[in-house]
Amino acid sequence: MTQLALVIDLNVCVGCHACVTSCKEWNTSGTAGPMADMNPYGLDPTGTFFNRVQTFEVGQYPNTETVHFPKSCLHCEDPPCVPVCPTGASYKREEDGIVLVDSDKCIGCKYCSWACPYGARELDEDQKIMKKCTLCVDRIYDESLPEAERKPACVNACPTNARLFGDVDDPDSEVSLAIRENGGYPLMPEWGTRPANHYLPRRKTRITIHADELVRADNPLKKERELPMPDAKDPTLDETTSW
Amino acid sequence: MHPAFSVIFLTTLIGAGQGLFLALYTAQVYAAFKLLPAQDPVGFYALGSLIALLLLIGGLAGSFLHLGRPERAWRSAAMWRTSWLSREVIALPACMGAVAAWGLVHYTAWNPTLFTVGGAFDVDLSFLVGAVGTVLCFALFICTGMIYACIKFLQEWATPLTVVNYILFGGASGFMLATAFAAWQGSGLVDFYGGWAIVMTVIAFVTRSASLVRNARLKHKSTMQSAIGIRHARIEQKAQGAMAGSFNTREFFHGASPRKYRFVKWVFLVLVFPLPLLLLSAGLATQAFGLLLAAFLVQYLGLLAERWFFFAQANHPQNLYYQTV
Repeated sequence: MTQLALVIDLNVCVGCHACVTSCKEWNTSGTAGPMADMNPYGLDPTGTFFNRVQTFEVGQYPNTETVHFPKSCLHCEDPPCVPVCPTGASYKREEDGIVLVDSDKCIGCKYCSWACPYGARELDEDQKIMKKCTLCVDRIYDESLPEAERKPACVNACPTNARLFGDVDDPDSEVSLAIRENGGYPLMPEWGTRPANHYLPRRKTRITIHADELVRADNPLKKERELPMPDAKDPTLDETTSW
Repeated sequence: MHPAFSVIFLTTLIGAGQGLFLALYTAQVYAAFKLLPAQDPVGFYALGSLIALLLLIGGLAGSFLHLGRPERAWRSAAMWRTSWLSREVIALPACMGAVAAWGLVHYTAWNPTLFTVGGAFDVDLSFLVGAVGTVLCFALFICTGMIYACIKFLQEWATPLTVVNYILFGGASGFMLATAFAAWQGSGLVDFYGGWAIVMTVIAFVTRSASLVRNARLKHKSTMQSAIGIRHARIEQKAQGAMAGSFNTREFFHGASPRKYRFVKWVFLVLVFPLPLLLLSAGLATQAFGLLLAAFLVQYLGLLAERWFFFAQANHPQNLYYQTV
């Protein structure tokens, strides 16, 4: 089995929205059709996005932390949006686990968006059909692209490498290692959707220093100062220096 | 959730249509067992089923307004194995077909006896078609209710009470309409229908109150912590990725002020239960068609408010990601 997915490292994401704009740039001319913007220069602009970066503040001032949180379809292994679709337009690909919408079959009933707890699906106001992240299915298999670029547009665009892409069912893949070794977690595990996308938590490097570690009991400078030779009775580091 | 008027009209109109048909067929079954006087096939059964059919058609028209691509609606019967919405799409036309057929059988008087049970009880065509229609009506009620009850993370809906309420509200409004219809036709069934309308309205009051109490005490499983996976008591959203609204802010928030929200709740509690019961009782006492019709119309208005509240009360977990701009 193959389950392609993204792993998003919240420790590294700086919230620059490069993944959002590169996603829109690639996918608006992609297989899912244009991602319409309505009233783009007006007072109340709105548009279709597959990926959004949200910002949360954790904690109370002064102990706060700003967390930038990119959110797109998680390509659940047990996607609740797929069985509710009345036309079969929503489906999960057997070969790589990507959840897609067939834009020719979708009737725009919005029921799948109700059945997604993450709010990952959006109705396109222009085409009146449901749109969602395709994991750049029209890019990752494109052999006309250099092999290094056969990744989702958001992954290519991320300047801090906060987004990893790969097969989470392969235990030795980069994404599986990252999840296993860096504490990767799924969102809203309480609903049993088994999201394929995982998030890596904020990680802090801390060391514990005790007071006696700050003062050296045996300062070598002391020995140099007490020339020419320490007295045999003086305290020394150990037996080897006591002569 | 944002209450969509297309779905509000769909569910209330087909509910009343199904209820009216069940009321008409109930009278036929009672009459077959000589418990009630038989009614005029054309003036009562056929005309009544035409009204039920018109209500069902109105609901179907409302459902089309809900779709982004109504011209593709025929595709939605495909996934009946997994989707309750797809099952409803099959059950609704099937139910309409049965109601129309039942009305036609009565209208054309082409009603041959199919077989005889126990040498005494004749099962004619209308009896059989009506039985099929009754099964389809209940199937449609269950499909409609399960569309909402099957989404487990919309916890306000994910309860058997949702299905029970859909059945009882449909039944109550249908029998309420049947009472007015019987008075209009001058048939002797006014008290029979009125009695059942009272019974169903009272039971619906009990079950809807139960769901209101349940929802008031509901503890949501998803939290800010599980939504972004950070364990801290205080997490505050600072940006949602868009300055103006998005589909996520339009579809999943009712957008009404807390005052309006509470107001609609009391409106439906008054308009669906006590007021129609008062009008109905007065109508039954005086046998006045106007009062009985008013009872149905008031309850139907109340049901529109009830359905609005039903949607507005459901709190989608995705809203956790859209707390502030």
